[in-house]
Amino acid sequence: MTGFTSLIIVSMVMTGCGSNSSGNSGNSSNSGNNGSSGSSAANVNNSSAPASGEKVAGGTVRVAMATEPDNLDPYLSAATDTGSMMDNVFDGLFEAGTNSELVPALAESYKVSEDGLTYTFSLKKGVKFHDGSDLTSEDVYYSYAKLSGLNGNKPLSSKFTAIESIDTPDEHTVVVKLKAKDAAFLAANIVAIVPKDYEQQSTKPIGAGPFKFASYTPGQQLVLEKNEQFYDNARKPVLDRVEFKFMPDANASVLALKSGEIDMLPGISAQGALQLGSGFHIVSGPQNMVQLMALNHEVQPLNDVKVRQAINYAIDKDIIIQTVADGNGAKLGSNMSPAMKMYYQEGLDKRYEPDTEQAKKLLKEAGYENGFKLTITVPSNYKFHVDTAQVIAEQLKAVGIEATIKQIEWSSWLEDVYNNAKYEATIVGLTGKLDPHEVLGRYESTYAKNFFKFSSSEYDELMSKGRQEIDENKRAELYKQAQTILAEQAAAVYIMDPSRSVALKDHLHGFTMYPVQKYDFAAMYYTK
Amino acid sequence: MRFYIRKLVTLASTVLLVSVITFLVFQVLPGDPAQIVLGVDADPHQLAELRRTMGLERPAAERYAAWIKEAAAGDLGESLRYHRPVKEIVAERMPVTVSLALMSLGLTLLIGIPLGIYVARQDGKFSALLLSALTQLGLAVPSFWLSFVLILLFSVAFKWFPSFGYVPWSENPAQAFRSLLLPSLALAIPGIAVVIRYLRNTLLDQARMDYVRTARSKGLRERAVMYRHILRNSLIPVLTIVGLLIADTLGGSIVVENVFALPGLGNLLITSIGTRDLPLLQTMVLYIAVIVVLINFIVDILYMVIDPRIRLKR
Repeated sequence: MTGFTSLIIVSMVMTGCGSNSSGNSGNSSNSGNNGSSGSSAANVNNSSAPASGEKVAGGTVRVAMATEPDNLDPYLSAATDTGSMMDNVFDGLFEAGTNSELVPALAESYKVSEDGLTYTFSLKKGVKFHDGSDLTSEDVYYSYAKLSGLNGNKPLSSKFTAIESIDTPDEHTVVVKLKAKDAAFLAANIVAIVPKDYEQQSTKPIGAGPFKFASYTPGQQLVLEKNEQFYDNARKPVLDRVEFKFMPDANASVLALKSGEIDMLPGISAQGALQLGSGFHIVSGPQNMVQLMALNHEVQPLNDVKVRQAINYAIDKDIIIQTVADGNGAKLGSNMSPAMKMYYQEGLDKRYEPDTEQAKKLLKEAGYENGFKLTITVPSNYKFHVDTAQVIAEQLKAVGIEATIKQIEWSSWLEDVYNNAKYEATIVGLTGKLDPHEVLGRYESTYAKNFFKFSSSEYDELMSKGRQEIDENKRAELYKQAQTILAEQAAAVYIMDPSRSVALKDHLHGFTMYPVQKYDFAAMYYTK
Repeated sequence: MRFYIRKLVTLASTVLLVSVITFLVFQVLPGDPAQIVLGVDADPHQLAELRRTMGLERPAAERYAAWIKEAAAGDLGESLRYHRPVKEIVAERMPVTVSLALMSLGLTLLIGIPLGIYVARQDGKFSALLLSALTQLGLAVPSFWLSFVLILLFSVAFKWFPSFGYVPWSENPAQAFRSLLLPSLALAIPGIAVVIRYLRNTLLDQARMDYVRTARSKGLRERAVMYRHILRNSLIPVLTIVGLLIADTLGGSIVVENVFALPGLGNLLITSIGTRDLPLLQTMVLYIAVIVVLINFIVDILYMVIDPRIRLKR
């Protein structure tokens, strides 16, 4: 019997490989997993639910999270899910507003010099960290020096490498000088401010946010407690405690919500919402994600713009939204979600109306009258993208393109597709950012992870102009032009922004959707 | 003594072989541990920093050789994903999976053996036929589906047991038992079905043997024939099956721990593969290999306890 031993063990390990668990932190396209939701028996709202009963002080909210935190230190973490939990512990100079605007948080006010190079921030007075120490300009200096590498170490964020120097003329003033004009810098100031010389953020994080970190038990839960000393009376937390429970299985989380063991389930699927029945309400809205089919511009015949346009004409996005997202998604025409109201270029979603004849004509002009073979590589753990690929493969058949779907594990996807651009077409969701440059900068020919292999000097020029334009409206105009180029060049097939749905117990209120994945528990409360 | 030395050599060679295979498989899999932790939103600087702290600049083979050397000296290294000593992480997770395995084994034996005997004794009657049909069902149903049925029934409808989570035994033994009962049941049901069917068949086979006729003809009571002779002789093949079932349980815990959100080894195994956390995976594979070999060892010893002839043969 011992002869079989090694065989059994190896086969067990293999079983692990094959299973589509979400054990890994599938950061960016996290919600693509659960996709969209909506039409359910429960009550569906677009934003925060209006309170009907009387507000109750205190209470605990138990939230199901699909993934574990990648790192509790805000400077070492990149996972969207981690950010949405820990954002309650840390405050920055600004916080993200509901319309992708910046809301002053630790900053009282700020000034930008004429030349756009010097930013002067005035800090709020009397702000305390969770350990009781005062938050002063010294702490901001420490935080920004760490991020920009001005402390002598390697920088931790490329958004801060534009900083030339930081001055702290007094306890409540910070002056930041940039090397060159950088309009994206302001939005970077939502980053957490951490206490000076405190190096244990990875194990016991300390910030100045509305909730204090209480404990983290790997594989089980992360607990936050109310910060009684929170500086901003308008944003004072009502809840006593927030418990994030790590539940890798989406179906099991729905059942736990039904049985009353959790109170809130972000990213609930349409099927899950249907199962819920009464006693729950659902908040749903665009999540600022761009689901797209990327086409590798360095692969024959996708290097031909006519072929890419033909593919765009061949695909009926409305059908995808209906079948895959149950109708809960906003159709896209370029790499920008309508959730980014300020920067979104209207009308591009109508650039390629489904037209088989036009698609065939373009293919003929490109010399592919008889179609060609196309491999669509999809990360297998994102069922939403796999389903989309199936609909697309069917639609491409009508114009003679024979698409095969290749499912690969998320880790392999990151390596092969994202890092090395070894693919023909792939479907993925790109999470939105607060600043348009971070969204559209992916197509710059110099961007290291430009896995589209898109390259356009005109586009690059717009991007560098956008970086230097301080005037918000002019800047928005530049990014709108950039979106038009992406649509005209058919850089990819931009499919939809799938709605994100959050299920909450009926008497839990105050949840609001943001253009970034943000759960503001300070605004949430129970009613009787 | 020679027996034990031989076992020890088997253990060492098995563990080494498994470790090398795991390493080789990992080299074939694409994926960068730092990129996986940080995802597509990673800042290049953050990525470089993480790669540095993970020590990924060194070639994989070199890292593996260093790990083997340190592991032999008792230091199992640090997890890439959790930045903590692997030993600590595994020690935290171990009790969950061990409790799960023991509880499900207990349930398998407590339910499987009596029912197996019952089915054999009632052979041909309706109740036995019904039970046999049920065991067919128990064999066919996958654990994750069973888990959901159990949750729907006992957590959502009756609210008797929690649908997820784990309470440590040291904190509250009663709650710990409650939190583990449903998952162990989900794991045990296929095992119970196997034990019933196996035990029934061997019992019926043994009952036709000559020694049974002899026992009956010398006037032994039916109970004594059954329990002293038939059952004892039937336990050897059942024991083999139970040994295999324990190894199966460790595999099944991967699925069940995922559904019930239990912080056990199965869950950790998946995470470590998904995040390409080789030191963590290697350590777990090492532990699992040792456990499986030990179980086989115990089974071998139990053979001798049950059947003295095996003892004499050596």
